[in-house]
Amino acid sequence: MSDVPLTTTPAQHDTARIRPVGFRGGGFAPVSHRWMGAVVFVLLLLLAEWGTRTGFISPLTLPRPSDVLLTFQELYVSGALFKHLIPSLTRLLVGAAIGATVGISVGVLIGLFSYVRAGLVPLVAAIFPIPKIALLPLFVIWFGIDEASKYALIAFGTFTPTVVATFAAVDNVDRTLIRMGQSFGLSWFSIVRKIVLPGAMPGILSGLRISLAIAIILLVAAEMLGAQYGVGAYILEAGSLYDLERLFAGVVILSVLGVLVSTVIGWVERRVLDWRV
Amino acid sequence: MDIQLVGVSHSYGKTEVLQGIDLHIPSGKIVCIVGPSGCGKSTLLRFMGGLERPALGEVLQMGEPPAGCLNPLTYIFQDFALLPWRTVEGNVSLVLEDHGIKGRDARAIIDDVLARTKLRDFARALPKQLSGGMKQRVAIARALAVNPAVMLMDEPLSALDSQTRELLMDDLISLWTRTPFTAVYVTHNLAEAVRLGHRIVVLSRRPGRISEVVHLDKPLADRRHGDADLDAHQQHLWGLMRAEAEAADAELLNV
Repeated sequence: MSDVPLTTTPAQHDTARIRPVGFRGGGFAPVSHRWMGAVVFVLLLLLAEWGTRTGFISPLTLPRPSDVLLTFQELYVSGALFKHLIPSLTRLLVGAAIGATVGISVGVLIGLFSYVRAGLVPLVAAIFPIPKIALLPLFVIWFGIDEASKYALIAFGTFTPTVVATFAAVDNVDRTLIRMGQSFGLSWFSIVRKIVLPGAMPGILSGLRISLAIAIILLVAAEMLGAQYGVGAYILEAGSLYDLERLFAGVVILSVLGVLVSTVIGWVERRVLDWRV
Repeated sequence: MDIQLVGVSHSYGKTEVLQGIDLHIPSGKIVCIVGPSGCGKSTLLRFMGGLERPALGEVLQMGEPPAGCLNPLTYIFQDFALLPWRTVEGNVSLVLEDHGIKGRDARAIIDDVLARTKLRDFARALPKQLSGGMKQRVAIARALAVNPAVMLMDEPLSALDSQTRELLMDDLISLWTRTPFTAVYVTHNLAEAVRLGHRIVVLSRRPGRISEVVHLDKPLADRRHGDADLDAHQQHLWGLMRAEAEAADAELLNV
């Protein structure tokens, strides 16, 4: 060992061999850039606008963003926007609420009772991959051509992903917390209500993110049959007439709906899950 | 209230973890259980609190728990087991709610146990805001709230750094000195055992058997970190355990 004290200053060393230690610990850490998403969005729109104006993109492939905006404005001024939006939102709300409620309840039951799990998990696995759109005619026969069949389709579509997310979330609740509850003599019902459900909340909410997006997708499908009004009906009609501006105006509404749902869930997560590290 | 174990043996599948354990936990004393890893000391503790059932033998509780005791056999866990979505006082009130203690009565108990564990200023903090030592204090407060007859402590200080461990040991000693409680304290740390134990039960490696019970008569309050006589006891315990620990360490696990 050398006798150089630990606190030597650079001056005591051969100065030619002194250099800073290179930094190599950057990157791989998520940093939030709030406006980046909006910037990408605007750039893409500008590109589309420029492309369609110069003829670089043929109007047959993509409508001009400004035309879509005009269509949207017409839609709003004529009052047709709400004529389509309100029935759609009602279908979405009722259908998703039924699907999510039943889904969460069944998911919790699967998570809690091994008999329910043994009986229902294969069933859920069997109905998960069915494209629910394919069942629309069946639902029309079962529930009639009116609103009920549309609610049923959306509810059914949200049900399966919610069930899977919920029982996985219940399975993931820290066992030591449940043991703790038992060791303090908490009743079964208290353990479920005060330990299992709050513990499963993060998983249930992130499952809802997916199920509600699926509900929006199914909204269009539900309005394929027997719907005069509704965003889905509007899009399908525009599509069959090859009216790209109106088609895109409808699609924009769905996208905005998706962003809204995701924002609301994000807000709920921040409020309800502020205990997370 | 005393606890008596009679001929407790247990195995997980083909692995025998405990063999013929006879042990008496006298009331008002702290009994430490030490042993090499995997010797079944935590399993033994789970038997005592009724969280698991031994394959053979009996766990008996002798005498009635004291009046006002809500949960006679109360655990303190190594990983604290606090509900992260409840505040400090919420975590304490959790164990009172099921006994119908709410409102002013609950308030009085919560204030009392938080004061005893020096947590009064942290009543509304969430567990994520607390250091490891604070979290374990909350768990101790929660255990005190139900006024237990026997505290079952499963390596309560093992997740903490050595300085915090010293502080919490002092806290436990002063808690015990003020109102002696009965405790079974499982640990692999011999220094903790000689500081806190009135009796130290040494288990052999798997299958766990009692290889010796050491009695320490020096009052808890007089024991200090680095006391010569405690060090001698610790050396003696280590002498008992060293070969066992080495063998346990070299063992292949058939899981």
